[in-house]
Amino acid sequence: MADYKNEFGWFAPKPTVEKKIYSAKAVAVGLAIFLVVFGAPVLLNMGKVHPVPQPSLDTPAIQKLAEKERQCVEPTEWMRANHMQLLWDWREQVVRTGERYYTTSQGKKVLASLSNNCMECHTNKSQFCDQCHNYVAVAPNCWGCHLPKEQKVAQAEGK
Amino acid sequence: MGINRRDFLKLAGLLGLGGKAAFELVLPGEVEAAVAKTEAAGTRWALVVDMRKLTDKVAARCIEACHTLHNVPNFQEPPDPKLALSEDLKNRWQIKWIWTDIYEHAFVGFEQDHKWEKLQGMNFLLLCNHCDNPPCVRVCPTKATYRRPDGIVMMDMHRCIGCRFCMAGCPYAARSFNWRDPRPYIARINPDYPTREIGVVEKCLLCEERLALGQQPACVEASGGALIFGNLNDAGSPVRAALRAHYTIRRKPHLGTNPQVYYIV
Repeated sequence: MADYKNEFGWFAPKPTVEKKIYSAKAVAVGLAIFLVVFGAPVLLNMGKVHPVPQPSLDTPAIQKLAEKERQCVEPTEWMRANHMQLLWDWREQVVRTGERYYTTSQGKKVLASLSNNCMECHTNKSQFCDQCHNYVAVAPNCWGCHLPKEQKVAQAEGK
Repeated sequence: MGINRRDFLKLAGLLGLGGKAAFELVLPGEVEAAVAKTEAAGTRWALVVDMRKLTDKVAARCIEACHTLHNVPNFQEPPDPKLALSEDLKNRWQIKWIWTDIYEHAFVGFEQDHKWEKLQGMNFLLLCNHCDNPPCVRVCPTKATYRRPDGIVMMDMHRCIGCRFCMAGCPYAARSFNWRDPRPYIARINPDYPTREIGVVEKCLLCEERLALGQQPACVEASGGALIFGNLNDAGSPVRAALRAHYTIRRKPHLGTNPQVYYIV
């Protein structure tokens, strides 16, 4: 039913508007540009297989350890899934409470420190850390302040 | 019904005595214990600077020890001459954990027209005072800076958003802001200690990482006895012995921050 009164008068039906796309050409061009720009990453990478990162544990520090002791603070599978939470917890624990040691699930006490514990063994930061982080496009901001031991190792090896 | 002033005061006096007696009956000794000042428990770190032993050479050694250990950038003399800054920026961007300044600048509020001539232009070793009532902690909106139970005014760089309220709050200019990435300005990076990033405030943390290992702060170790460090709550500690034996002054105590770096002059 028509309105009681609208801008066309008393009980006047609203004039119907023809349904069409205005400036269809321009819209089509815009749509095409949008699809090309936003679809480019998908189209360009279609069918390509990106190698899955293979973080290497082969560092001089790890090689030096006896076979039995070649074990991270927690089991590898757990570390793979939860290392970010562990580091976050360490950071809160060490800075806010001053407790510098972490008790592992095996009951071992280890120094809760990225630079002074993790990186002592994993001296291959660009291989071990960056490779996966780049693959999943995360940028942890640890390295703005904390130093990877990579440089120290490179210096020691005379590189 | 009325009561005159004299009777009211008499009654109040009696009630007061009765109240005290009742307290003594129910909780003997509690009232005295609440009023008396007892030795605080735990640790309260403090520093005493013995200005009689502190020469400019010793001070330079202390600064060197601290700044190399903690990766403090040097904007005055950058390791790469290409990074040299203008005179203006050298001062504005300066990062200092421990530094020297003359008596007249450091001890504002102690001015007198005629003073001990030795104090004239005397170089004092200055650092964060680790106040009991730190204004920087009050103003920090993220609790990036906070007071530890052992008295250290600590910085959590992870939380610092670089608002610089703490710098405005600190009356001792003990805090510095990283106006640019400090790493290129560090001559030798100590890989065991983190650097800082652009946009955070930093200051002396009383070598809390060394205290955790049972070591003395780096400046104290380098000072050869000019700096005395210890637990203020332990009557037998070297700081308490120094404070007992000497007259000491503190920077701007009238501001009520209760600074905990003492100077023997």
